[in-house]
Amino acid sequence: MALLSVQNVTMRFGGLLANDNISFDVPEGSIFAVIGPNGAGKTTLFNSIAGSLKPTSGKVVFDGQPITGLPQAAIASRGLIRTYQLVQLFKDLTVAENVEIGFHRVTRGGVGSALLRPRWFREQEESIARKARELLAFVGLGDQADMIADKLPYGRQRLLEVARALAAEPRLILLDEPAAGLNTQETAALADVIHRVNERGVTVLLIEHDMGLVMKVAQRIAVLDFGKKIAEGTPDEIRSHPDVLTAYLGGVEMADG
Amino acid sequence: MTSPAITSTRASWRDHAGSWLPVLATLALLGVGLSSSGYIVTVLGFAAIYGVFSTGLNFFMGYTGQASFGQNAFAALGGYGSAILTAGHGMEPVLALLIATTVSVAIAFAVGYPTLRLRGHYLAMATFALGLITYEITIEWTSLTQGYMGYSGIPPIGLFGYELVTEKQMLVVLVAFALLGVWISNRLRRSRFGRALAAIAGSEPAAAALGVNVAGYKLVAFVIAAAYGSVAGSLFAHFVGFISPEVFGTSMVVLSFTMLYLGGIGTTWGPLVGAVIVSLLPEALRGLKELQDVAYCVILVAILIFAPRGLAGFAPAIKQFFNRGAAAKAE
Ligand SMILES: Nc1ncnc2c1ncn2[C@@H]1O[C@H](COP(=O)(O)OP(=O)(O)OP(=O)(O)O)[C@@H](O)[C@H]1O
Ligand SMILES: [Mg+2]
Repeated sequence: MALLSVQNVTMRFGGLLANDNISFDVPEGSIFAVIGPNGAGKTTLFNSIAGSLKPTSGKVVFDGQPITGLPQAAIASRGLIRTYQLVQLFKDLTVAENVEIGFHRVTRGGVGSALLRPRWFREQEESIARKARELLAFVGLGDQADMIADKLPYGRQRLLEVARALAAEPRLILLDEPAAGLNTQETAALADVIHRVNERGVTVLLIEHDMGLVMKVAQRIAVLDFGKKIAEGTPDEIRSHPDVLTAYLGGVEMADG
Repeated sequence: MTSPAITSTRASWRDHAGSWLPVLATLALLGVGLSSSGYIVTVLGFAAIYGVFSTGLNFFMGYTGQASFGQNAFAALGGYGSAILTAGHGMEPVLALLIATTVSVAIAFAVGYPTLRLRGHYLAMATFALGLITYEITIEWTSLTQGYMGYSGIPPIGLFGYELVTEKQMLVVLVAFALLGVWISNRLRRSRFGRALAAIAGSEPAAAALGVNVAGYKLVAFVIAAAYGSVAGSLFAHFVGFISPEVFGTSMVVLSFTMLYLGGIGTTWGPLVGAVIVSLLPEALRGLKELQDVAYCVILVAILIFAPRGLAGFAPAIKQFFNRGAAAKAE
C-alpha cells in the first residue's frame, strides 16, 4: 500500500509553473527518489508535501489521510519528517542537543513537568540523552556530540540533520539532496545510513543529484523536468529512458556550452 | 562505552557547579548589601528586581530568539495593579501581586495570540505599540492611576499583616524572588519545553519540520515573560512605595536590553548577571563625576566587543575547555 500518495499536485508562483500536475505513489517501506535538473521543481514538491507551502491544486495523502495544506508541524506530528536542501541546524546548540530536540514529536511534557520533574520526566530525559548519542553513532557523528553544531564541517552538518530527523521516529523521511557537498567516502557512508534507516522500517523519499547514490539506493525513481514528471520507474528503466537522457544530456550540453 | 560516563559528568556539571557558583555569588552580594549603607541596599534591590524582569524577557528574546520592545507594559500592569489594589483598596500585597500577575498573563495571551502569528518586524512593532499604549493609559486614566502625579503610599511587601518594614528585609525577599526566577528559568530550559524554544530560536523551519508548534510555543514564552515582568513591576511598587508612568517607560526597554546582551542573552544566569552589572556600574563610576556617562558607555562597548555573547557567554567556553580535556583523556 502507498504510504504517501501525491495526486495531481500543481504549484504556481505567479507565471511560473514550478510543479505541473504531478502524481506518484510511494509504497510503504520503499526508498523512492525524485531526480531532475536544477530548477525542475523538486524542492517545491517537497515543500508542498511537507506543508511548507500549500499547493495551488492537487492532493497529498499520507497514510490514507489527506494532509494537503495542513500546518507543517501538524504534518510532522503524523510522522512525515523532512530535511532541508540548505541545512537548517540549531547552530548555537551542541550536536547532541540538536538531536535531542528531534525527539519532540515522540516525547511529552510541558512547563508543569519541567518544573516538577517527576520520575517519568527524568527517565524520559535520560532516555533522550542516551538515544541521541546512539543516533549520532549511527550516522557516524559519535565523536562530535559535544561540539557546537555550527563548527561541524558542512558534510557532517548534513549527517546531523539526518540524525535529528531520525530522532523524530519518522514513518516517512524526506531527504532533500542529502549528499550535496559530501565527498565520495561521506556519500558512501550516507548510502549505508539510508539503507539502514530503511531497514528499520522507515520509508524514504529522496531528492538527489548524485546519480551514483540514487541508482544504488532507490527502488523506484520519478524524474521531473521543468515542473513536469517525465518518467517514473525502476533504476534500470530510468537509466535507459529516452526522455530522461534528453533532459539530462540536454542540461549538461547547455551547461558546457 | 564512554558515552554514558560523559553523559553523567555533563549532567552533574550542569546540575551542581553550573548552578551553585552563581547562587553563591548572588548570596555573597546579598551579604554585602546587608552589611552596607541604605543606598547600596536600594541599588541592589533594583538589581534584583531588574534581574526578575530580564530573566523573564530572556524566555522570549533569549531562549526563543524573538524581539519584544513592549515588555515594560507588563511591569506597568504589575506595578499599577499592586499599587491600586494595596494602597487604593487595602488588599494584602501578596494577593494583589497574584491578581496583577494573573491579569497580566491574561492580557499577554490576548495580545500575543494574534500578534505572534506575525513575523519579524511586525511582531516587534506590535510589542512596541503595546508598551506605548500602556504608557499612555497610565498617564491619561488619572482617576485610576493618578497620571503624571504618580501613585504613592504603596505599603511594603508582607504577608498576613506582617510587613517587611526595613529595606534590608525587603532586599532578602527581592533576592529570593530573583533566585527563584532563575531557578525556574533553568529548569524550564533543560526540558522538552526549553528545547522547543531553543529550536524556534535556531531555525523556525527546522522546528516546524520536527513537529514543534512554533506559534504556540512563542505564545507561551511571551506569556511567561509577561508574568515575570508583572511580578517585577509589583515588587518595584512595594520596594519604592511610589510609582509613576516614567518608571515603566521606554527607558526600561533600553535598560533591560543592555542587561540581556551584557550578561548573555539566551543563557540562564546572564540576565541576572547583566542586571547586577548595569545597576552597580554607575555607582562604581560615581567618583568620575561628569565623565561617568562616558566611562559607562566605554565599558559597555568594551564588554560587548570582547564578550559578544555577554559575560555568561564565557561559561560554555570554559565548559567546552573542560569537556575537551576530558575527551582527550578518554581517548
Ligand atoms: N517560493 C518561491 N517563489 C517563487 N519561485 C520559486 C519559489 N520556490 C521555487 N521557485 C522557483 O520554482 C522553480 C523550481 O524550484 P525548486 O527549488 O523546486 O527546484 P529544484 O528542482 O529543487 O532545484 P535544485 O536542484 O537547484 O535544488 C525554480 O524556477 C525556482 O526559481
Ligand atoms: Mg532543490
